[in-house]
Amino acid sequence: MNPGDWLAHWWPGLLLGPALLGGALAFVWPRLGFALGQGVALLNALAAVLLVWRVAVGGPLAHAAGGWPAPLGIGLRLDGLAVLMVLAAALVAWAGALNARSYFRAHGQAPEGFWPLWLFLMAALNGLFISADLFNLYVMLELTGLAAVGLVVLGGGTDSLAAALRYLLVGLGGSLCYLLGVGLMYGAYGTVDLPLLASQASGPALGAALALMTAGLFFKAGIFPFHFWLPPAHGGAPAPVSAMLSALVVEAAFYLLMRLWLELAPLSLAELALPVSGVLGSAAVVWGAVNALRAERLKLMIAYSTVSQLGYLFLALPLMPLAGAAIWSGAALLVLSHALAKGALFLGAGTVLNVVGHDRIRGLNGLAQRLPLTVAVFVLAAVSLIGLPPSGGFLAKWLLLNGAIAQGQWWAVAVLLVGSVLAGAYMFRVLGRCFTYGHTGGREPGVALAAQWPAFGLAAAAVALGLAGSWVGALALAGSPFEGDALLGVAP
Amino acid sequence: MTLENWLPALILLSSLLPGLLIFFLAEERHKTRTILNLGGALIKVALVLVMVGGVFAGRSYESRLTLLPGMDLVLNADALSVLLVTLSAGLWLVTTVYAIGYLEDSPHRSRFFGFFSLCVTSAMGVAMAGNMLTFLMFFELLTLSTYPLVVHRGTPEARRAGRIYLAYTLIGGAALLLGVVWLRVLVGPLDFTETGLLADHAGLDPNALRFIFILLVGGMAVKAALVPLHGWLPQAMVAPAPVSALLHAVAVVKAGAFGIVRVVYDVYGVEFSAELGLLAPLAAVAAVTIVYGSVRALYQDSLKKRLAFSTVSQVSYIVLGTAILGPVASVGGMVHLVHQGLMKITLFFCAGNLAETLGIHRVQEMNGVGRRMPYTMAAFTIGALGMIGVPPLAGFVSKWYLAAGGLDAGQGWVVFVLMASSLLNAGYFLPILYRAWFLPASVPWPRERAMPGRFETHWMLLWPPVITAVLVVLAGVLAAAPFSPLEWAQLIARREYGL
Repeated sequence: MNPGDWLAHWWPGLLLGPALLGGALAFVWPRLGFALGQGVALLNALAAVLLVWRVAVGGPLAHAAGGWPAPLGIGLRLDGLAVLMVLAAALVAWAGALNARSYFRAHGQAPEGFWPLWLFLMAALNGLFISADLFNLYVMLELTGLAAVGLVVLGGGTDSLAAALRYLLVGLGGSLCYLLGVGLMYGAYGTVDLPLLASQASGPALGAALALMTAGLFFKAGIFPFHFWLPPAHGGAPAPVSAMLSALVVEAAFYLLMRLWLELAPLSLAELALPVSGVLGSAAVVWGAVNALRAERLKLMIAYSTVSQLGYLFLALPLMPLAGAAIWSGAALLVLSHALAKGALFLGAGTVLNVVGHDRIRGLNGLAQRLPLTVAVFVLAAVSLIGLPPSGGFLAKWLLLNGAIAQGQWWAVAVLLVGSVLAGAYMFRVLGRCFTYGHTGGREPGVALAAQWPAFGLAAAAVALGLAGSWVGALALAGSPFEGDALLGVAP
Repeated sequence: MTLENWLPALILLSSLLPGLLIFFLAEERHKTRTILNLGGALIKVALVLVMVGGVFAGRSYESRLTLLPGMDLVLNADALSVLLVTLSAGLWLVTTVYAIGYLEDSPHRSRFFGFFSLCVTSAMGVAMAGNMLTFLMFFELLTLSTYPLVVHRGTPEARRAGRIYLAYTLIGGAALLLGVVWLRVLVGPLDFTETGLLADHAGLDPNALRFIFILLVGGMAVKAALVPLHGWLPQAMVAPAPVSALLHAVAVVKAGAFGIVRVVYDVYGVEFSAELGLLAPLAAVAAVTIVYGSVRALYQDSLKKRLAFSTVSQVSYIVLGTAILGPVASVGGMVHLVHQGLMKITLFFCAGNLAETLGIHRVQEMNGVGRRMPYTMAAFTIGALGMIGVPPLAGFVSKWYLAAGGLDAGQGWVVFVLMASSLLNAGYFLPILYRAWFLPASVPWPRERAMPGRFETHWMLLWPPVITAVLVVLAGVLAAAPFSPLEWAQLIARREYGL
């Protein structure tokens, strides 16, 4: 058996096994939590890189759990988009694990329960990205949500508790909605397997089920106006947790929406329903950015930036059925670069919080002298979030603009441009402070570089993505419903 | 894997790599930083000279990297890019020397020189961009890398200036982005072509093309400081003198003007632009800017602000030359790209010397300074006379060709604009020269600092303006010599008009 075959058979185990096992062990022996967390996060990152290579070279992978094919068993699949999500999750989780070490050192040590929940979250996200089965997706969605709520509670204090409780309730409501949709689907068509449903399902039941599932996912993704739970939860959690939540957990819900509407829903239905997503997305872009501009605290500002950036994704959804390849790869690039940049920002904000003692934006004068590397993280992440070249965010925005113009959707063009100018405004509000004098004295002594380098790595990767766009775009299209040129022209 | 494929990329890397290394250098490693800075600048000049020779001999250089299918990052060397690349490389070397002297003992030098190198890298990228996408990328990178330089002083005013700068440039950048993507959707890859890439595409909606032109030129006009988009430039004066020098001579403002030249000549094609009726409004905006900038300059007491408004006015000469149909005016516009850079950098260096050595920031304080700092003021005088257009200095050559071009194209009003501008130039420069040379000094100087060495100021501050002043004289006197900026501009114009 050659190594390629081995990988083709065992890849789900590689993605789920270490994280689940590590999580369970860390739960039983809390003392081992730290070592397990570091080890598994590294292992998971290596596995993700290996699988990216495998999918890029050998095409998408599929697996029937237990050897039972679709209608009976659970289908798993690893196509281009899935493996990119897995990679993003693995990188952010690894950086977060490295950063957590020094983040929690300031508080003594990581609170009990952190490492098991962290590892469960990793496993649940991986499971969600590779499932091709609606019910299994529900399980993973629920697991993700519960692990996330548990992690938010670790922020300590009543604020965190209140935020977590709200998060829990919204999450449960969303899941319930989703589950109702799945039930309807199963009742009507007798299967919950995505590819099978895509070929068989039609009629009013499909529409109703999709509507229910979508509503649930809107809550989970925190799209405007269902975003009210997001800023306090993401802003109040410990920084590594915020990184994971803002970078991946909300994007996982969007990932699911992309799957549902582009692989399952017939085109006529999509054209009817998706404009709603476009409207909400546009509102989210502007609303999130305006609130980010007004936020007084750094972490809250970053959380509102997530609300705004998610808006781009929802805005892109209605463009996708027609401008397929361009928007699909654009969305993939956007998800990936946002995950990396947002993860970096939250980790950086955690360092600021620990060193400076607060994260009030007005009080950040002179940060560039004090924590130059962390300010570099902010700068690089800002480049990608605003969508300035040469970053992944820039290429993503280019593709979205391209698709929108080619279809004559000028409202989307306007929102994209206004959103990026606003992003520039809120990011440079912080950076301007960092470059202002206010701190006499040099570099802050005693800040472990280990706290700053992981964030720097993520931010640099988000920017470097801009030079690897051709490769990422091609990978994202592997096994996608679309094919062809990523750049559309108008037929002359 | 030949030199032809690598040279443009190497030219970029010769400032990018030192810049990135400098970021991670400890503040007190003065010598290493200087070696990196000057080494990079010297290597760049050497590489550029190799490229100029190659282009002259008819070789073509191109580095290409695919970003997305059908979307390439292209760096190449055509005659027009060589013009700006040579200017930037040469002036960067001089400015680096100046900046090292200027920032001696001031804090955050690693940060400063890191961004300084990034800024030059972006300016080089703008100059060598082979298509609109590449141009856009480096144009935006230039915004980013100059922001920390503008706010370098770290004062609240600096932060405010930075905010205004960003507000203008980010919105301008968004307009430019929209224009580029739109045009990309309409016509495919946007590789610059010497007679305009739109020449190959018939049957496009002329109104869409006009609107795209407005977006593209509007986005660039922000950086080129065309009225009414010039508001950020006088504010950005809070930056340290070497930054202002670079900003006004080769980097930001020049990138904007250069971009307009690119759009008119190599994207739309000058004849096609005229056909769409786009050149006349552009010329009108340029003319208004020329006069308005000069009038505002008259009323500025702050020396650097006066120079800033003078830049607003002078850079529009380039736009004016571009917007008038006909090879002679084009030559005038393009040669001014170089001449304005040389003259303006001289003036800013001198202003920096006065501020650093004697604490002089305002025109009123300049009485008798010519006797205290004769070399600096001699250089300043050459730069100022050049700006006014006194023969045989560089500025005269530009104005001569612009006026001749205007007459050539049957647009006599250009001559009046130029005359008005020259009068106004004289109006705001001659009083300075009079004060400096003929009025008695009002000692003590506002804040005199003892400088090491036997010159009137630190040698690293003195030689750069003297060298650039000599270049201003040479560019005028030897305008007809081979390899002079004028000769090169004529070469470009011949190719653009297919003569």
